[in-house]
Amino acid sequence: MTMTRHPSVAARPRTRRSMNPWKAVTYAVLVVGVVVWLLPFVWMLLGSVKTPGEVLQRPPTWWPHHFTLENFRTWLTELNFGQFFTNSMVVALVTVLGNILFCSMVGYALAKLEFRGKKILFGLVMVTLMVPGIVTFIPLFVIVSKLGLVNSYLALILPFLTQPIGVFLMRQFMSAIPDPLLEAARIDGAGELRIFFRIVLPLCGPPIATLGILTFLSSWNNFLWPLVAAQSEKMYTLPVALSLYSTGENATNYGLLLAGSVLIITPIVLLFVFLQRHFVQGIATTGLK
Amino acid sequence: MTVAADHTRGPVRSRRRRQALIAWMFALPFVLVFGAFMVVPLVSSFGMSFTDLSAKDIPNPLAVNFVGLDQYAQLFGDTRFLNALKVTGLFVVMGIPTTVAFALVLALALSSGITKFRSAFRVGFYAPVVTSIVAVSVVWRYLLQDDGLVNTALGWVGIDGPAWLSSTTWALPALTGMAVWRHVGTLMVIFIAGLQGIPDDVQEAAKVDGAGPFRRLWSITLPLLKPTILLGVVLISVSFLQFFEEAFVMTQGGPLDSTRSVAYYTYEKFGIGQYGLASAASYVLFAAIALFSLLQFRLLRSQD
Repeated sequence: MTMTRHPSVAARPRTRRSMNPWKAVTYAVLVVGVVVWLLPFVWMLLGSVKTPGEVLQRPPTWWPHHFTLENFRTWLTELNFGQFFTNSMVVALVTVLGNILFCSMVGYALAKLEFRGKKILFGLVMVTLMVPGIVTFIPLFVIVSKLGLVNSYLALILPFLTQPIGVFLMRQFMSAIPDPLLEAARIDGAGELRIFFRIVLPLCGPPIATLGILTFLSSWNNFLWPLVAAQSEKMYTLPVALSLYSTGENATNYGLLLAGSVLIITPIVLLFVFLQRHFVQGIATTGLK
Repeated sequence: MTVAADHTRGPVRSRRRRQALIAWMFALPFVLVFGAFMVVPLVSSFGMSFTDLSAKDIPNPLAVNFVGLDQYAQLFGDTRFLNALKVTGLFVVMGIPTTVAFALVLALALSSGITKFRSAFRVGFYAPVVTSIVAVSVVWRYLLQDDGLVNTALGWVGIDGPAWLSSTTWALPALTGMAVWRHVGTLMVIFIAGLQGIPDDVQEAAKVDGAGPFRRLWSITLPLLKPTILLGVVLISVSFLQFFEEAFVMTQGGPLDSTRSVAYYTYEKFGIGQYGLASAASYVLFAAIALFSLLQFRLLRSQD
């Protein structure tokens, strides 16, 4: 598209002249916008390496006068960051694996197998796509309490182990896999399990990547449920730990709190920068299909 | 089930049956987990909202009393709940149009044929979307302090900024600002995808007919983008209506309940053990989300 447009632009100087001021304005808007957009992150990084006095200084200093890693040291040694990080990571990884496996299995059944109740099952998935967490969390808490699971990894993982959005994503993608491919395998005597693992799953790289990223992201950032289900400090996930410190006696210890934010955000930003194509694809497919 | 199928050939029927069995085996893990942790809670939450269930009934949840619509009556008689509805409504009404406007400008700018740094811009504007609300709420609370960066910057242009988070007037707009910042990236990506779907020849034809850039934007691009915009609005309104975490970290619902949303009210009633009332409040929110989505999908369909 752009390839064919360039020569015509060059051939018509009039268009080109009128394009330039527009382009300048566009770039100006974008540059100013992106600087403002990223400023909170820059401010967070700068604040996290300031001393308790300097971080509250008025007017604020830009570059830290006394660079210190004390805030990070406090998280790592006194505040049990290792435990919170491990909790967040274990919960996120198990949730990701569970969603990838279970959502593709049911996605396969919905896309490629015939069975009674298929329409009802898919309807149920679609209906629950938009159910907000706040609606289910009270009965969920009662169930989890009854099962004696409060304060366990299971309590943090089970409610998110299979998400309707994942089923939807996998089913949509698998529907596009040609039936003759599967029929051929069936005629050759392959069982459904074998077809699923050997033929279907290997073709599902893109939706699996999308689902994995979306799930990791929502698990890592999840707040309301872990806040309720993790009641002792040893089960806190990172956002729960940060929120409780930020409303307790450390409420104005901003150096420490900003360092906590840096520690939560950094893994996600790294993931995002390396896999940004998939992130954007994920939003576009879940949003537009 | 098999009455009609009895007359068909045996092998076909048994093969069908076998396939159905296999299909349910594939669906089994999902059905179990989804049933226990989504469908059952969804239904029981609805049921609970008609009972006086409280935290002390947990050992024996089936022994609670059915109270009909009492919880809903109590909700709508509670000025704090009505205030929570207003707060959530204002948050949505201020936040969504602002987010759409920003995202639209950015999507148009990024689709206007610029090539340099295009993906860098996209990454930059999208970055807030992927970050933890709790973490960015901490950062924004710091930015919005009385003598924080925002007020310092306003001071440079001679504006004496308010004490954002401790003002009943400014706390909600401040939280809305942060929500806009966090959601623009999502809509921007969706709008860019939508703009790519508008065929070039329509634009070219209008250009040949002498339509200027603003005319083309108004009469061609925007009308063709309308379904995408509506879809984007539905998507982010679900998230805006659940407004809770920002307030939890930044204002604890204050000052004077000026940022206490419906979700926050629900959480608070849950915290003091009034499960019946909290469930009723959550269903009011759910109904609002469902209605909002339905309404917008209707609008969407009437476009086609």
